[in-house]
Amino acid sequence: MITLSQMLTLSAILFALSVAGIFLNRKNVILLLMCVELLLLAANFNFIAFSRFLGDINGQVFVFFVLTVAAAESAIGLAILVVLFRERRSINVEDLNTLRG
Amino acid sequence: MLVEVLFYVFGTILVLAALGVITARNPVYSALFLVLCFVTSAAIWLLVEAEFLAVVLVLVYVGAVMVLFLFVVMMLDINLEELRRGFTRFAWLGWLTALAVIVEIVGVIWVRGIGVDVTRSPTPTAPDYSNTLELGRVLYTKYAYPFELAAVLLLVAIVAAISLTMRRRPGLKVQDTSAQVAVRARDRVRLVRMEAEKRE
Repeated sequence: MITLSQMLTLSAILFALSVAGIFLNRKNVILLLMCVELLLLAANFNFIAFSRFLGDINGQVFVFFVLTVAAAESAIGLAILVVLFRERRSINVEDLNTLRG
Repeated sequence: MLVEVLFYVFGTILVLAALGVITARNPVYSALFLVLCFVTSAAIWLLVEAEFLAVVLVLVYVGAVMVLFLFVVMMLDINLEELRRGFTRFAWLGWLTALAVIVEIVGVIWVRGIGVDVTRSPTPTAPDYSNTLELGRVLYTKYAYPFELAAVLLLVAIVAAISLTMRRRPGLKVQDTSAQVAVRARDRVRLVRMEAEKRE
């Protein structure tokens, strides 16, 4: 059977990879959004692991809410991205310096 | 034993797909690798007997969110060369951070201990146990209010996304219904009082 430490280690690796992805793809807004999705997935892994291994269903309810918020976040993020591309013809983070003093 | 082998197989696929997401040259490939990530995650969640969430992950993420991502990626005409430039400049920092995070979390799990026995497996659920039933039982009683809030949040997200992306092009001849309904007689007809004139 799968042990708690195996689940947590897998989630840690996933979390670390998505953090590395944010560093690597720091120019591309779409990839930044995808890396955030991956981060949330790694967090959900922890919730599910502890929920199952402590026998407490509340953790899974929390994953449900995290999924809801993540879906709303990506919908609004992509809408902002589309508006941004219409204005700037680019999704490079370095071009988004209008608010810089 | 079989469960453990399956866990390692799916875990390997998951890690490789995550690597693909962050290193793929084309954002479309990244999105497809992310779909693979979600599907293998759902398989692993099935292995630890969180069936409802596994199905929800496939339905909501693979079915809706990733389709949205693919739509947006393919709709935008992105200059990839510009975005790829300087890819490796901060790569060492990224990998260093990743390594630090892994070492820290694994250290917490294995060395310090977190109060529970981490080498234990969960007690398998009974054959007539329904994950969906148990989840629904707490979701609609104890978490009824947060559940409603989540629904409102999704509604707000829909309204925000639509109002952000709706484009009003200037010079387009469209009907303005609210202006038509709000119109009054004095906006349309001008009554002019004038003296009667004698005919010659």
